[in-house]
Amino acid sequence: MGDLLSLDFMRQALVAAVLVGLAAPLVGAFLVQRRMSLIGDGIGHVALAGVAVGLLTGSMPVFTALIAAVAAAVGVELIRMAGRTSGDIALAVMFYGGIALGVVLISKSTASSGNLTGYLFGAILTTSRTDIVVFAVLAVVVVGVTWVLRHRFFAVANDEEYARAVGMPVMGYNIALSVLTAVTVVVSMRVVGLLLITALMIIPNATAQLVSRSFRSGLLWASVIGVASSVSGVIVSFYAETPSGGTIVLLAIGAFLVASVVSGLVTRARRAAHERAERHEHEHGPVCGHPAIPHEDHVDYLHDGHRHAAHGDHYDEHSPHGSPHDSPDSADATTHSEEVSR
Amino acid sequence: MFVTDAPLIELRSASFGYTDRKVVDSVSLTQGAGEVIALLGPNGSGKTTLVKGLLGLSEHLGGEVSLFGTPLAKFRDRPRIGYVPQRHSLSASVRVTVREIVETGRLPLRPWWRPGSAADAAVVDEALDAVALRDREREDVAALSGGQQRRVLIARALAAQPDVLLMDEPTAGVDIANQRILAEVLSGLADRGTSMLIVTHELAALSGVVTRIVCMNAGHVDFDGTPTAYTRGHEGHELGDAHHHSPSADERRPGLAALVTDPLPSREVPRG
Repeated sequence: MGDLLSLDFMRQALVAAVLVGLAAPLVGAFLVQRRMSLIGDGIGHVALAGVAVGLLTGSMPVFTALIAAVAAAVGVELIRMAGRTSGDIALAVMFYGGIALGVVLISKSTASSGNLTGYLFGAILTTSRTDIVVFAVLAVVVVGVTWVLRHRFFAVANDEEYARAVGMPVMGYNIALSVLTAVTVVVSMRVVGLLLITALMIIPNATAQLVSRSFRSGLLWASVIGVASSVSGVIVSFYAETPSGGTIVLLAIGAFLVASVVSGLVTRARRAAHERAERHEHEHGPVCGHPAIPHEDHVDYLHDGHRHAAHGDHYDEHSPHGSPHDSPDSADATTHSEEVSR
Repeated sequence: MFVTDAPLIELRSASFGYTDRKVVDSVSLTQGAGEVIALLGPNGSGKTTLVKGLLGLSEHLGGEVSLFGTPLAKFRDRPRIGYVPQRHSLSASVRVTVREIVETGRLPLRPWWRPGSAADAAVVDEALDAVALRDREREDVAALSGGQQRRVLIARALAAQPDVLLMDEPTAGVDIANQRILAEVLSGLADRGTSMLIVTHELAALSGVVTRIVCMNAGHVDFDGTPTAYTRGHEGHELGDAHHHSPSADERRPGLAALVTDPLPSREVPRG
């Protein structure tokens, strides 16, 4: 590890990995919530056309890519808002037009095919210092803006009609999120690549959904998992001499698979230990007349001498000590994930 | 109950709809403070379009509409109207707690850069108490029953401390036990002087709460009066007459609308 940090380009790469690992899942959480998981992929396609224009004209590919990606992002929202049935096709034309134009233009430039691969799949170890500085500044802006606006993005994604009814500028927030997605795509282009960036936006969130029980904790888990996979991916790619992007995404997928298996096993074990209360129509609450007893993070109700705790749409039997529900938080969360998927 | 100068909601021959289609045609209606109005009518009669028109979600196509004395086009103080939409699922894509949903109700009241304060948290607590879900605030909304989800939406609207609540079929698709709890929640709100406009098909569940009944049919209002008058008109009408159409404006017959909307006479809210 010491020899790694003594290398100048490795230090740069690790800083970039932390920033991208933080920004991508943070923005991605709202895309998952809006069921637009793959939108980053389309924007990445268009960004490639921007990269090609930059390479061809000798200007900085980062800036031309940024302009193309932001334009695509605004286009996506405008098409979505128009609400036409042909919107889907308009998006396809835009995305594939972007990548096709990119490939054609790059073939006409002096850049090598290795250069194209670097943009598509990530090549952090060969990125210039100026690029890294630009990426770092943009990434900090993305993380800052997303964090400040997270409650608004959440509200708009959760119920757009309600947000509009209470007078929130829904269109503004949707375009803001779309632009943040575009900037994240460009910032991550050299670390994970345009074709893989969506994986880093979505997969850490998929993993986080398995272990968290609120949107807030989901956001934190996704960021932690994103940073962990991107930093470890950069380190592994240095020693194993593999491309950084693919390595990072494979590690993120590995984490997802491990979390799925563990949460599945825990759910099964807990289901076996789970004791349902007798069925009753009555709903326990502050005014139901049954004494309420706070029990760890929830409230039990004393019902004919035994304790009932709400669990999804039914009640569980809880004993004061050594009940199955006394196990750690993460285990409890996985049970809930099972309840939901039922 | 108290009366202020300007009515909460005032419609004068107002029409609402969507670009090419007028759904609500020339409706006049005034709601004063403290009134709890049940808006009845068959499917497609324009109840939801009327509510959405007041919220700026459907188009205002004619007539005069004022909210708290301000014309609709100039009305900016949207959080004063609490909207409870008709919804079956609150969040299917990601894990969200009851409290997180209710907290979004506070957002329109503060600038985008300001984080929630202790005062915001206290109002959210109060809203959760009002719908009896405080003890389940940390649960995943997707795990709740339909009736409980409806109460989460009511709490979200209450979190903005609105002057009037607009509810779209709060009891639809909710089992009897949960309807009773919902009715208790609504009657608790009514006792605190909360004004409500409730679109519903199930008047029986809300009969102890409602102070006035408005019936719509084919985009027009064809009954507007007290629950007693409604029941009277209702009883006088022969059951089994399934044929119905909108009566003309000058000969309003409450009995006809009553038959169309609610085959059961209203009764007291059962208390558990």
